[in-house]
Amino acid sequence: MSATVAMILALAVGTYAFRLVGPVLHGRVAIPPRVQELLSAGAIVLLVALLATGALTEGGGFAGWARPAGVLVGGVLAWRRAPFPVVVLGAAGVTAVLRAAGVA
Amino acid sequence: MMAPLVRDSALVWLASGVVGVSFGAISVTGGLPVWVPVVMSLVVYAGSAQFSAVGVLLAGGGPVAAAATGLLLNTRTLAFSLAVADILGRGRLARLLGAHLVTDETVAFALAQSDPARRRAAFWISGFGLFAVWNLGVLAGALAGDALGDTGTYGLDAAFPAVLVALVLPALRENPAVRRAALLGAALALAVTPAVPAGVPVLVALAGLAGHGRDGGRTA
Repeated sequence: MSATVAMILALAVGTYAFRLVGPVLHGRVAIPPRVQELLSAGAIVLLVALLATGALTEGGGFAGWARPAGVLVGGVLAWRRAPFPVVVLGAAGVTAVLRAAGVA
Repeated sequence: MMAPLVRDSALVWLASGVVGVSFGAISVTGGLPVWVPVVMSLVVYAGSAQFSAVGVLLAGGGPVAAAATGLLLNTRTLAFSLAVADILGRGRLARLLGAHLVTDETVAFALAQSDPARRRAAFWISGFGLFAVWNLGVLAGALAGDALGDTGTYGLDAAFPAVLVALVLPALRENPAVRRAALLGAALALAVTPAVPAGVPVLVALAGLAGHGRDGGRTA
């Protein structure tokens, strides 16, 4: 069990260290506007990559049709400026209905 | 200002809570003691890394591989922490506390707001709410075991990518340079996904930033 404790601690400390880099550097290191802009763009790039891989893949392979179909419906709703809850429930609803109908 | 932020955030809390329940249930039914998912959720607080680490453990991969997989997945929080550093401000407590609350959803929710005051409010509302609901969900799931069944039935796995779509769309819409970088990055991430360990694809996506900003692109 102590190996599990060590694993949790290593993961927790390492993750917190990653998360602390930005707040600790802020105000100590002058970040030029050009770099700050690149960081904001980088966050968007990461989020889009996360949503793309999250929508389409599972364990390194294709996630099946039900999930990307739901995400696509959510995306269209968001594009048409539907309220946030409609986007989320629409995406989950379509995927749930497709699965209930036998689509993986 | 608060009410719409709470309303939009609450749905993400709800979905995260259910995913938390499934994390607790999967861990316990896989043979781990109740305290493992519960403590892990409090001190690691990163959904995808927790699922991966427990998955490696339950598959017999050993604690070193479990920690390494989780850490690899969480390297992206370093980039996120840089992106939200000015939202957290200069106070020591705000920095130490805020750092722990940096997650995909909270960063996306904060960056999607239009002005600094709203960004700050959005970060803390989403951050605290998500932390509370996630951990309560994990505890409930760990205690309930496998009573919930397969959360895939509810389509929750589609809800999270859709949340991110809704949150990044404004930035993609108004900034062609960011849009190009993001689409290129996503294509790269998808292309390498079958070949590399989990966590690496989104880092590869950062290559989409190469050449970004030379045409005077600006970020919302």
